[in-house]
Amino acid sequence: MNVLTLLDMAATGTPDRVGVGRLTYSELLDRARAGAALLVAHGVDELVYVGENADDFAVALFAAAWAGIPLVPLNYRLSRDALERLLAHHPNALVISDLLVPTTARTVTVAQWRASSAEPAGDVSPCSDDPEAVAVMLYTSGTTSEPKAAILRHRHLTSYLLGSVEFGAADEQEAVVVSVPPYHIAGVSNLLSNICAGRRVVYLETFTAQGWLDCVRSERITHALLVPTMLAKITEYLGQTPSADVPTLRSLAYGGAKMPIPVLERAIRLFPAVDFVNAYGLTETSSTIAVLGPQDHRAAVQDDPVARARLCSAGRLLPGIEVEIRGPGGVLSDGAAGDIHVRGEQVSGEYRGAGSSLDSDGWFATRDRGWVDEDGYLFVEGRSDDTIIRGGENIAPAEIEDVLLEHPAVADVAVLGIPDEHWGQDIAAAVVFRPGHTASTEELRQWARARLRGSKTPALIVVRDALPQTATGKVLRRELLADLLATELASTT
Amino acid sequence: MTDLVPGKRLRSNVGDTEIIVVRSPATQIELSCGGQSMTANLETVAAATTSTDENDTVLGKRYVDTDTGLEVLCTKPGPGVLTADGRQLTVKAPTALPASD
Repeated sequence: MNVLTLLDMAATGTPDRVGVGRLTYSELLDRARAGAALLVAHGVDELVYVGENADDFAVALFAAAWAGIPLVPLNYRLSRDALERLLAHHPNALVISDLLVPTTARTVTVAQWRASSAEPAGDVSPCSDDPEAVAVMLYTSGTTSEPKAAILRHRHLTSYLLGSVEFGAADEQEAVVVSVPPYHIAGVSNLLSNICAGRRVVYLETFTAQGWLDCVRSERITHALLVPTMLAKITEYLGQTPSADVPTLRSLAYGGAKMPIPVLERAIRLFPAVDFVNAYGLTETSSTIAVLGPQDHRAAVQDDPVARARLCSAGRLLPGIEVEIRGPGGVLSDGAAGDIHVRGEQVSGEYRGAGSSLDSDGWFATRDRGWVDEDGYLFVEGRSDDTIIRGGENIAPAEIEDVLLEHPAVADVAVLGIPDEHWGQDIAAAVVFRPGHTASTEELRQWARARLRGSKTPALIVVRDALPQTATGKVLRRELLADLLATELASTT
Repeated sequence: MTDLVPGKRLRSNVGDTEIIVVRSPATQIELSCGGQSMTANLETVAAATTSTDENDTVLGKRYVDTDTGLEVLCTKPGPGVLTADGRQLTVKAPTALPASD
């Protein structure tokens, strides 16, 4: 099965309903057909999209699916060098971009792509139903290493969609605002899930807190997905306002990076009538594999201590997903922290040029550390690579980050290990203050020491205006580490 | 008898119904719609049949044969009940998940 089938079905069932931007499902299908004809005529192997969130992205995704070639969305904010390195992997592609991209491949502007896909298409062969065909290649964020291109085949995406979305279940009034970037798995799954559900997709090209709120009000948005930094910006923007005044909004999902609990609690207060959903997943797992639902969020703010602790969890696994927590000696029991492994039909775990990373039984090592409680709630502590080993003790940065985030002056924080002669690694923290707030680094150390053991108190705390982050709010730890090492060096010489 | 591999599309011989196989059956079976075998020839124009609402296939619903594990997705609705070797396929209950993306 091909993801195009889902659009085809939407166009069969509700041809005149607006699906994406101003396009109806049947118009979107027509444009995908015309786009596919162009791709076939050029004989290209891949379609690369280096652009913003727009209808054109949806057309590109389905045109590539129709032509049976992968869509490769790239981050248009990358430096020219970084873009050149990625584009070098795709010499036989058609590249859609308004930038003067460094590539020898054939290039069209977004406007040219839009014009060609709006023309009536000639004969195009029906799409192949090959479930093994590659639907998208997505470069992982590469927060700790060079980006890798994760391969998602049509069978991965369609099994995710069939397993998690009821076709056509949305009523005609429902609309979702998509503000996550198209080169991120959430941008791909957000589009596909909502087409499958029959919920109108409204693209917000550039995110600002006010722009998002304006869009929710003017487009009568009912559903939204935000990454934590976006929700943080919205709560800061609303400040002491009693509520966000978005009467149509029913559901707010968040994911893509770790959500600071103080931000979430402010958001729940500002959006009292809204269902909150925490979605955890990875590019390699075709998006969401665990969900913390609205009931869990409500229970958490009603002083139920178990539910409150679970607000820090990723919730329960989707029905089609199995999980194992593994340590050095094998599978661990409930409650013990280790490496999170998952298995299921939506799990790809395959990278371009490297093949499948699944083990012989189909398990994928997420490289996230975490544990599962007795009721099946998955707690994700962070990347295994980020674990600090101080004097033989494994320390999850998230635990220290959570404590520092509770400090009223702290807006954002990242904790990481820095080389130390005595301990092997010691703990460093980079903090960003909320506007108009400040604290001394000694006060922050005292704050941490009072709430954690001394061995978990950061040896070094630096203050920064902002942390280096990906567009979805994941901290670029390589860059931050280089920054901290330079700071430490400067202070000792 | 058609090989019911995932991705295989079949069309009804008694109306507009089209399905796509999501999960293969454990054993070979004959898949029918409205009492007649379905065909892999998607160009066939089916004879018009009177629709009787309760027996229509529904767009986007998944139908399963619990005996063999066969699962199909209705990609085009039409009249007629889906059966596997005469057993009526049942609608697979949707997963009650909140919208997560």
